[in-house]
Amino acid sequence: MAEKSQGAPAKGQKTGAHTEADGGHHGGGFPPFESSTFASQLVSLVIAFVALYLIVSRIALPRVGGVIDARQNAIEGDLAAAQKLKDESAAALKAYEADLASARSRAQAIGAETREKLNAASEAERKTLEDQLSAKLAQAEKTIAATRETAMSNVRGIAADAAGAIVQRLTGVLPDGGALNSAVDASLKG
Amino acid sequence: MKIDPIHQFNIEPLFTIGHIGNQTIAFTNSSLYMFIAVALTAVLMLGGGRQLVPGRFQSVAEISYEFVASTIRSTAGSEGMKFFPLIFTLFMFICVSNLVGIIPYTFTISSHIIVTAALAFLVFFTVLFYGLYKNGLKFFKIFVPSGVPIYILPLVMFIEILSFFLRPVSHSVRLFANMLAGHIALKVFAGFVAMLGVSLGAVGWIGGILPLALTVALTALELLVAFLQAYVFAILTCIYLNDAIHPGH
Repeated sequence: MAEKSQGAPAKGQKTGAHTEADGGHHGGGFPPFESSTFASQLVSLVIAFVALYLIVSRIALPRVGGVIDARQNAIEGDLAAAQKLKDESAAALKAYEADLASARSRAQAIGAETREKLNAASEAERKTLEDQLSAKLAQAEKTIAATRETAMSNVRGIAADAAGAIVQRLTGVLPDGGALNSAVDASLKG
Repeated sequence: MKIDPIHQFNIEPLFTIGHIGNQTIAFTNSSLYMFIAVALTAVLMLGGGRQLVPGRFQSVAEISYEFVASTIRSTAGSEGMKFFPLIFTLFMFICVSNLVGIIPYTFTISSHIIVTAALAFLVFFTVLFYGLYKNGLKFFKIFVPSGVPIYILPLVMFIEILSFFLRPVSHSVRLFANMLAGHIALKVFAGFVAMLGVSLGAVGWIGGILPLALTVALTALELLVAFLQAYVFAILTCIYLNDAIHPGH
């Protein structure tokens, strides 16, 4: 009520030095120091502050704090689950690699064994073939030698006959068989 | 054109509630803005939903929560979290009412010393009673800093005791004076704009640009001050409560 009575003359005043004058003029009437309004403000403040305190402590903070905690838990849970899945996949990868390695070594072993077996078989076959071939070769050589032998003895007869005929034609005398043979032999050796 | 930078602080009774002794208890414009601050804080803290991935609204509530919580933890330790609701209420009440007070034609609750003094004494007595309740006579250790030579100890103790009892004064006057001075300055500069425009015509309109720019800059500054003073009030509360929780320094 005190303010209202002050407000009236203030309205009548002009601008100018009003601001300066007002501060001095009001003096005890400066609203923040107007003690008659204190009780009203204090009562309102107590009601408002207690109301806000109750709202904050009973509803707002538990609610917001709960949401923040729930988020924290969700993030931690998700991270843990992700870590678990990562570990599982790493383990699976390891198992797969171990399987792969053992399969590869087994394949190599099978391959080596097969190669060994095939090598042995082909070696044996080659050997029998070589034996057969060498036997055939020996036989052929023997045949060639026999044929040659026969051919050579024929050659000697022909040579003796030809020599007898040549001597007869040259000398007119048929040479003695023994002398002829020894002469042919000597020339064949020479 | 009337410019009265003090007028904005007037308490206007809206209706009478009752009487205590010979004092009339009225619902005033100050009361109205107190309840506006309470309502806005409640809407801010409760209206934001509770999603796992917060929206903007919910983020503001959560940022306020985390901000006050981390302030308490860093100044008063985890034991200070006992006072989280009190400090949060103080911070939000002062911050919201200060920010509302910057809107033209509104009323700023904390520009009245009785309000800031009541809040400061609330903190003072909370510290005093909790400190005595929790630590008994060891609480008075806060007046005896360790490592001070014996011959200057009486002087130091005198200063410590004096500063302890002056805490509610500095605590309340800091907030009150900041809000009061800021709002007076805003009003004066804004008044210059209108005064120049009305009294000098076209020249005044051009001349009014400077005080207008200053008003804009001051409004930005006052936004900062509104938040900062609420923060300062809250952090001083934490520091004082830290004395009650750990009186041995």
